[in-house]
Amino acid sequence: MSRQYELVYIVSPDATDEQIQGLHGQVEEIVGRMGGTLEKTDNWGRRKLAYEIGPHKEGTYVLELISGAGDLMKEIDRRLRVSDQIIRHLVVRVDEENRVVERARTRRKTESERRRVARGLPPERQPGEGPRTEESDDSGFDGVEV
Amino acid sequence: MRETSRRSGPGGGRGGARGAADKKEGQRRTLFRRRKVCKFCADKIDDINYKDVKLLGPFVPERGKILPRRISGTCAMHQRKLQTAIKRARQLALIPYATE
Repeated sequence: MSRQYELVYIVSPDATDEQIQGLHGQVEEIVGRMGGTLEKTDNWGRRKLAYEIGPHKEGTYVLELISGAGDLMKEIDRRLRVSDQIIRHLVVRVDEENRVVERARTRRKTESERRRVARGLPPERQPGEGPRTEESDDSGFDGVEV
Repeated sequence: MRETSRRSGPGGGRGGARGAADKKEGQRRTLFRRRKVCKFCADKIDDINYKDVKLLGPFVPERGKILPRRISGTCAMHQRKLQTAIKRARQLALIPYATE
């Protein structure tokens, strides 16, 4: 049973690019060793922090999408906590949320298609239709309550 | 004399002129107040993600608190999702916990 996790960590702004690469390598190594897969890495670059964390006012954000077991994330969490290069990190389990989002999206799509067909329109939205005619779900409200 | 008339005022005047004035004012208020609609329902946003600071921004006023539902008009389900997203974003210093 593999789960999908999102890991975001903030690296100290003093860290060099090699050090950031090194941290990424460490994460990759743990993931590989414990039988997970690293699906995506995204470096957001240097960002200003909304509040100061210790002496730091900015940091480099790195996002990793990992699928694997809970023990794997526990190990990564422990390692990141110990590292002094990393000033903050967050692990979020995303597979369940993504599934819910996906379900809502497909339900909305099939609902709109069904309604469009019932009205004698092609199921897909045609170019040149107005923005509000996409789905006639009667929620169009002009803002004034009578 | 004055005392008795004051006492009879609120009870006796309910059906009279004062009641009518209340009703009129109430009507005007509802006429001019915009009905609040949940932004996420209206725009059909399924995913309230903590990484999307632009999306969360309007729900975090200057002070840094989460905007209450009674003001933003967000529906209960989306307010809950918004809440977790804002709290996660705060942990990552994308959004402040509080500003002076």
